[in-house]
Amino acid sequence: MDLIDILTSAAFWAAAIRIASPLIFATLGELICERAGVLNLGIEGIMVAGAFAGWIAVWAGLPLWGGVAVAFAAGMAFGLLHATLSVPFGLSQHVVGIGVTLLATSLTFYTYRVVLPEVSSPPKITAFQPFEVPILSQIPLLGPAFFAQTPLTYAAFLLVIVVALVLYRTPLGLAVRAAGENPQAVAAQGLSVTAIRMGAVIVGSGFMAVGGAFLTLSAFDSFFFDMVNGRGWICIALVVFGAWKPGKALLGAVLFAAFDALQIRLQQTPIGAVVPYQLFLMMPYILSILALVVMSRRAEVPAALMVTFNKGER
Amino acid sequence: MRLEPIANPGLMRRLAPPALAIAGSFLVASLLALIAGGNPFAVFGAILKGAAGSKFALLETLNRATPLIFTGLAVAVAFRARLWNIGAEAQLYAGAVVTVMLGTGALHWPSLPLLVVIGVASMLAGALLLLIPALLKTRFGVDEVVTTLLFNFIFLLFVSYLLEGPLKDPMGMGWPKSARLISEARLPRIIEGLRLHWGFVLALVSALVLWVINTRTTLGFEMRAVGQNAEAARFAGIPVTRVILKTALLSGGLAALAGFSEVAGLKGSLTLDLSPGYGYTGIVVAMLALLHPLGVVVAALFVAAIFVGADAMSRALGVPSYLADIMLASALLMMVLAILLSKFRVVRD
Repeated sequence: MDLIDILTSAAFWAAAIRIASPLIFATLGELICERAGVLNLGIEGIMVAGAFAGWIAVWAGLPLWGGVAVAFAAGMAFGLLHATLSVPFGLSQHVVGIGVTLLATSLTFYTYRVVLPEVSSPPKITAFQPFEVPILSQIPLLGPAFFAQTPLTYAAFLLVIVVALVLYRTPLGLAVRAAGENPQAVAAQGLSVTAIRMGAVIVGSGFMAVGGAFLTLSAFDSFFFDMVNGRGWICIALVVFGAWKPGKALLGAVLFAAFDALQIRLQQTPIGAVVPYQLFLMMPYILSILALVVMSRRAEVPAALMVTFNKGER
Repeated sequence: MRLEPIANPGLMRRLAPPALAIAGSFLVASLLALIAGGNPFAVFGAILKGAAGSKFALLETLNRATPLIFTGLAVAVAFRARLWNIGAEAQLYAGAVVTVMLGTGALHWPSLPLLVVIGVASMLAGALLLLIPALLKTRFGVDEVVTTLLFNFIFLLFVSYLLEGPLKDPMGMGWPKSARLISEARLPRIIEGLRLHWGFVLALVSALVLWVINTRTTLGFEMRAVGQNAEAARFAGIPVTRVILKTALLSGGLAALAGFSEVAGLKGSLTLDLSPGYGYTGIVVAMLALLHPLGVVVAALFVAAIFVGADAMSRALGVPSYLADIMLASALLMMVLAILLSKFRVVRD
């Protein structure tokens, strides 16, 4: 049967892992922000900015990893803006986030037009190439699916482990989680809730931007205006789906990406001839909403998410 | 640092924020114009000329302001009750779809009753579209920001399907475009010969009606109470869930009128590029207006002027028209900061 053939092919799982990679970076970024108590709706715009910043840096002559670093820095800059407005000033995280998304997107498009005024199609760069891990890539099915990816994909999976270790095994991680659960207790320890939350938003935004840069430096080799296309909003749903835990978020991102890869392939089967392709394209968004609804019953949301903290107040 | 409430902010302190936010966004835009090699004075001069320099420019600005008034009102009424409707874009298209479904020959009625029925049906469609996220919020506690955003993508794909399938114009040479409205379903021009349709008047009336609802009705009071403190409102006996759902219906309906007005008044048919993000820009409009319905009209005119002017400026001077989007995004952020600083004083520890 068609479906079985698809689900047991290495190419399908390789595609799923590839599609999951930018989501993993950005979901981890959002997760860090939310664990510290800040909802970051700047994610969509920050991904656009990261995709552009990384790509234009490489186009200007930087090595690929230099592009990743530039994207990370661009993300941190918008993170600093978001953090300043939402943490010490305690402005509505909804409005600030939407504002940051609008600003990051429009600044990106403006810069694109200033740097490349008269191009009809954006220039291409040499993107990250797949790297076959010795021995592991020889394993049947699993090898070509998981161990013949680009270095940036390996970095995404590595980052899940790093973020999980930092969050659960270090004093810093404890402070971040406490800032999102019980900021009063953090302040009572003599730590600055403001500094912890701002730091989390800045670093988290950097990861979101790297997620965007994956699109231009690894998945494709060029920048298009609508390339992020709602992925940021999907990542916010993935954080909820992953119950604010890095491991579960990774699982959610891969599952989600597998579904996305499946719908692309189903379009080419006899089903695709009958069902309009728009329905397939809707699936990721519908799935995200369903995930939000299903997971809403399990309330593991950080207790102080979207709760502003003012010192001396209780 | 700490924030200390100011007991009685004076009139200056309350009116200064919008002014400062707009001034600040002009400063940001000046810097960016310089980077792009444009003289800021020339750039703003060209924007002003492009937005209001001729009768044609002025009418273009009023036309552009019309959908923004509707989406701005939709966002303002929702945000005032703390219902974060970021889905005005989808609701706009819902109104547009219904307008095309009823206005291309399905009903052969005289103009006035036909337009009333289409307008009301459009509002219903937009209202129902926002009711889904609102119900998910009240029933399951799902954050409506994300669901309304995701609905924008879902609904635009649905419109794309309609325009390539059931609503496709058979005479459209293969373009994804709907058939044209019959003449009875078109909103006529206010004055013959001037390119401005009754949708603009409808927008002004809507602002007035919303202002009356906000200030003179129980619902208006309840929406405000829910927005200020939902727990306190519940304690005071206000049916919070029902107020949220009513707010959603009102907000979705207003956003859908933008789609109705654009199709029936301006374009005459539906394409996928009907709205260049009017739903999202409505957020900026509403915030600049401090969520006040009459302020929305002023803010929409200002925002429309910036957009229309920036297009003309870009053609004349070559500075990208995205400058307008940057100005508005930075105005939004500076606005919320300025409002805070009008009510609180920053104190160093």
